[in-house]
Amino acid sequence: MEKGKASAIGSPWARLLLALPRPESLTGYLGRGLFRFLLTLQGLGAFTLITLGVMISRFGGARRVIRPLIRQEIARAGLRLLPMFLFMSAALGLLVIGQTVSWLTRVGAMNYLGTVMVVVVVRELGPLTAALLVLARIGTANVIELGTARAMGEVEALEALGIDPVHYLVVPRVMGMAMGVFALTVYLILGAVLSGYLWAFLQNVPLRPRQYFHQLAGALNGLDFALLALKAFAFGFIIALVTCYHGLAQRLRLEEVSRATVAAVAQSVMACVLIDSLFILIYLVT
Amino acid sequence: MHDPDATVAEGINWTVNPGDYWVVAGLHGSGKSDFLMLTAGLMAPRQGRYRFFGEAMPIFDEARLKTRLRLGLVFDGGQLLNHLTVAENIALPLRYHHNLSRAEAAAALSELLAGTELTPWAERTPGALGRSWQKRAGLARALALQPEVLLVDNPLAGLDPRHMHWWLDFLDQLSKGHRLMQGRPVTLVITTADFNPWKGHARQFAILRNSALVVVGPWAQLETAQAELTRELLTERRQTG
Repeated sequence: MEKGKASAIGSPWARLLLALPRPESLTGYLGRGLFRFLLTLQGLGAFTLITLGVMISRFGGARRVIRPLIRQEIARAGLRLLPMFLFMSAALGLLVIGQTVSWLTRVGAMNYLGTVMVVVVVRELGPLTAALLVLARIGTANVIELGTARAMGEVEALEALGIDPVHYLVVPRVMGMAMGVFALTVYLILGAVLSGYLWAFLQNVPLRPRQYFHQLAGALNGLDFALLALKAFAFGFIIALVTCYHGLAQRLRLEEVSRATVAAVAQSVMACVLIDSLFILIYLVT
Repeated sequence: MHDPDATVAEGINWTVNPGDYWVVAGLHGSGKSDFLMLTAGLMAPRQGRYRFFGEAMPIFDEARLKTRLRLGLVFDGGQLLNHLTVAENIALPLRYHHNLSRAEAAAALSELLAGTELTPWAERTPGALGRSWQKRAGLARALALQPEVLLVDNPLAGLDPRHMHWWLDFLDQLSKGHRLMQGRPVTLVITTADFNPWKGHARQFAILRNSALVVVGPWAQLETAQAELTRELLTERRQTG
């Protein structure tokens, strides 16, 4: 993509520095790693700004082409993963309740079961698990599809047709994935909360449904809903951007697609964990 | 673009007039495809000026996009989008730029499919097509927006005689005025690695040689040219020994 060349790794001086012989010292090794990280951050930042710019400037443009693509991506990153998420929500409920019940019963603190579910599932594990599952299923596919498309010259074909590749390839994925991760997070949390009670019931925990949901309601506040939504959208947005960046922003040969996929997954996980950490600060401050 | 830092050609002083039918030849690796990509406005020249209908190229901004869309580009392999069917590929530029639904684009699409004999392949994906048909689908897609100038990258490469004759006839009709273009002549710039099939078809010839574009002129001047590369591109055997 010549017009919005987001990758800084392609510049001649960057390539020269990265091609230098590996230094002997640890500090040199760390320095090169840091340098590579900063270049990637610069490229990702530029790609994010380009994408946001296109989303705003071309909002509503070619909607009869773009809106079906967005719906398709929502179905891909949301609806089609629902069966897997229902299974994962049951498993998550079992894991949390299973571990929690064994410890809470020892200290006679069963009235904190709902609180534990809110803190662990609603605030942390729910959104992160949803994001990581979408990354594994759809994020990797993004990198492979876009990387292959780039290698096969499809991006140049779109440019030759006057179609903005970011508008056609990236924006639907970003919007679809953000909405998909949000929806799946909600389903995952609901499923985990409900299955959590089921597992507690099967473990003969003396807890009535009314008490359980009363505990949940007591532990939740308005901030949880707002932050949950923000976090889920942020995760979806970041995963889509990182995977699309690695697939599109650099000219790839077919044999480089697998390397780009691995890099995209690693960076997406780190970015999601970093965002999660920033959200924790909000809870600590409030 | 194999090497973005390499200079494909320099010192080019070239004008294409409306109604021209150019064939630009070069050996493999001479930069024909890159030259065409630059002509299509997909990359900027490192130095100098390139104007298309009076507008400086490349054009990426929305305000001047209408000018750039007066030019169509057909890639060597068609470069179709592999996740779309042939029909969806051809309809894509129409639907995107004119905001048409599938039904609204159906009539124009049907004409393009029929005109390029692609109707039997309409619902297939590019992977299910042979390379010859992929090239045609690329052509149909490039014609969807009714361009006034058409750039075609090595259309005859790897084609059997039937497909080759089809392309030569179709390009001739485009040059004179095809019904798909409402009878309007299209300016053509074609790249090739062999001049021979173009005898009696193209009107102007040029060669990409040693990073320079050498304008030869009409076919008669090509036949009398003494340069070795020119003879080679006319598929004449080299005299050895």
